[in-house]
Amino acid sequence: MISSIIFALLLIGASGYFAINVKKIRRNILLGRDVSFADNKGDRLKTMILVAFGQQKMFSRPIPAILHFFLYSAFIITQIELIEIVVDGISGSHRIFRESLGGLYTFAVSFIEILSVLAFIGTIAFLSRRNLLKVPRLVKSELNGWPKLDANLILIGEITLICFIFMMNGADEVLYSRGLSHATNLNDGSLGLTVSKHVGPLLFGGLSESALHIVERVGWWGHILMVFGFLNYLPFSKHLHIVLGFPNTYYSNLKPKGEFTTLDAVTDVVAPNFDPAYVAKTDPNNPVRFGVKDVQDLNWKNLMDAYSCTECGRCTSACPQNITGKALSPRKIMMDTRDRLEEVGKNIDKNKGTFVDDGKSLLGDYIKHEEIWACNTCNACVQECPVNIDPLAIIVEIRRYLVMEESNTRPELNTMFTNIENNGAPWQFSQADRANWTNEN
Amino acid sequence: MSTIKVPTMAEMMAAGETPEILFWVGCSGSFDDRAKKITKAIVRILDHVKIKFAILGSEEGCTGDPAKRGGNEFLFQMQAMQNITVMNGYGVKKIVTGCPHCFNTIKNEYPALGGNYEVVHHTQLVQELINQGKLKVQGGVFKGKKIVFHDPCYLGRANDVYEAPREIIEKLDVELAEMKRSKAKGLCCGAGGAQMFKEAEKGNKEVNVERAEEALALNPDVIAVGCPFCNTMMTDGVKHFNKEDKTKVLDIAELIATANDL
Repeated sequence: MISSIIFALLLIGASGYFAINVKKIRRNILLGRDVSFADNKGDRLKTMILVAFGQQKMFSRPIPAILHFFLYSAFIITQIELIEIVVDGISGSHRIFRESLGGLYTFAVSFIEILSVLAFIGTIAFLSRRNLLKVPRLVKSELNGWPKLDANLILIGEITLICFIFMMNGADEVLYSRGLSHATNLNDGSLGLTVSKHVGPLLFGGLSESALHIVERVGWWGHILMVFGFLNYLPFSKHLHIVLGFPNTYYSNLKPKGEFTTLDAVTDVVAPNFDPAYVAKTDPNNPVRFGVKDVQDLNWKNLMDAYSCTECGRCTSACPQNITGKALSPRKIMMDTRDRLEEVGKNIDKNKGTFVDDGKSLLGDYIKHEEIWACNTCNACVQECPVNIDPLAIIVEIRRYLVMEESNTRPELNTMFTNIENNGAPWQFSQADRANWTNEN
Repeated sequence: MSTIKVPTMAEMMAAGETPEILFWVGCSGSFDDRAKKITKAIVRILDHVKIKFAILGSEEGCTGDPAKRGGNEFLFQMQAMQNITVMNGYGVKKIVTGCPHCFNTIKNEYPALGGNYEVVHHTQLVQELINQGKLKVQGGVFKGKKIVFHDPCYLGRANDVYEAPREIIEKLDVELAEMKRSKAKGLCCGAGGAQMFKEAEKGNKEVNVERAEEALALNPDVIAVGCPFCNTMMTDGVKHFNKEDKTKVLDIAELIATANDL
């Protein structure tokens, strides 16, 4: 009875705190400018199913893809078992669905056990890739400090969680075989859990009844506490991608990657020169900044991108400028955007719901000019991202701000702009000479 | 081009004629000595298959691609609207470009500003001509040679055109080699995003050297490209390794025109 009350309080507390933080993240994302993705619902759903649910883009790198798939599928399928744990926790029952589901129950829990073993292998492999093999994209400088710790904490947390599962199931198997488990005895001699019926006796076979009950309870409570812990760790971690990966792919850019956005506010200035009957698309009484200086200038999808990033670095490892030693790292662009957005969010929390200027901005305090001006706009980062994040959109928006609001660009680019403006070509050739080649051999 | 007459849209209109297709030459193709050779190869192909085409000549202006990638949306839209006004005035329906940047910009970014055309890159047109039987292609001097294709970002990733250039190369009876970073994983030549017009930011290597190194590791006779800017970058990269005698950098249009004595 007491344990049921403790469980219920923990469940309410964990869900409540998670809800509070989700609300903050939602508010932060909606600080961005509005942009509509109401079109092509069918294509969007298909993209989400293929890219997020089906992990399609992960498989361009097969080894991490398979390892990741172990963790991912174990996570998804484990949610089924979580239903029973919650029911057991509240009602004080033990393996409540076993009797009614029969063989299906044994199959489901066994399947989860096999996936958990694979996830265990995957997690160990991931820890080794980060800390022993030092895969280049996983040890770049932008990961120093908290991002590195965050990644390792997630992996260690997952290993711990899996260990608790096998403590719980393994000890229960031994207890059951001795007729001492709290699970309903169906006179079958074993719970029939594929992994635990072997691992249980091996690890816990020599323990006394009371020790077995303790191991089983530590496993059970440890597991659910890890689940609650993970849930509430998500909003502060790159691990949030397990949730946001889905909506983020739904709101993918479905247009050709080469098509950059058209700035309506610019069209409103330029178009009347060509068409006197042109009707403005933006409100002249509510002028907005051209391009992006700070996170509030980005649109909400850019901000959702930042929260969806799990810092895997596929973007950065494909970036031609990063490969050749330049400061630009598309992953850092996303991490900076999230960090600045979190800072702005905290500022709003502290100042009773309104942002008070802190004299800082995304450009300058987080992202440097040399990063912005290095980009080739080649879309390699966009292509690589397993959850369809678009770092290039942010880079181009910052360029727009620098050029159109600050006239602060690289001098050679100013020369190029002047040439285009004066002679319709990026070089100093006269437009009148454009067809001279037709008279040459 | 002394043997082939290249008419402008203005001349065609004055003669009361309408071309099937507008050949958008682009800035590089108009002014860069190396790129002009690509332009002429495209003209030879168009002339050979007797397509009625025209250019805009002095009425053509930069599409605005480097301005847009460089963050100057004002300048981009000025250029775009000037070009759209000219092309709509001539009633242009179909355009072939000699440059993937012009291709991408006109195809994807002009519609929002009132310019709606059917736009193809020259490799797509050549592939179409081959498929229709209008252009017969043989390997000629390239027969048996090893050719590696470098994907232009604005043809490949930007617009998902990967096969047209490869299908053309395979028609030349050559060995088509692939770099590890090809198609969707292709590495940029270093020119895009207005980098062509500025010094590289501080780093430890030039992008074109990185890319040329990867291509040269396959020991090809030809590095085939489909973009005048890639052409410049790869040519410089090959020179960096002193391999210009062994490995030529050629546009797909040049391969076709040369192999078939056009």
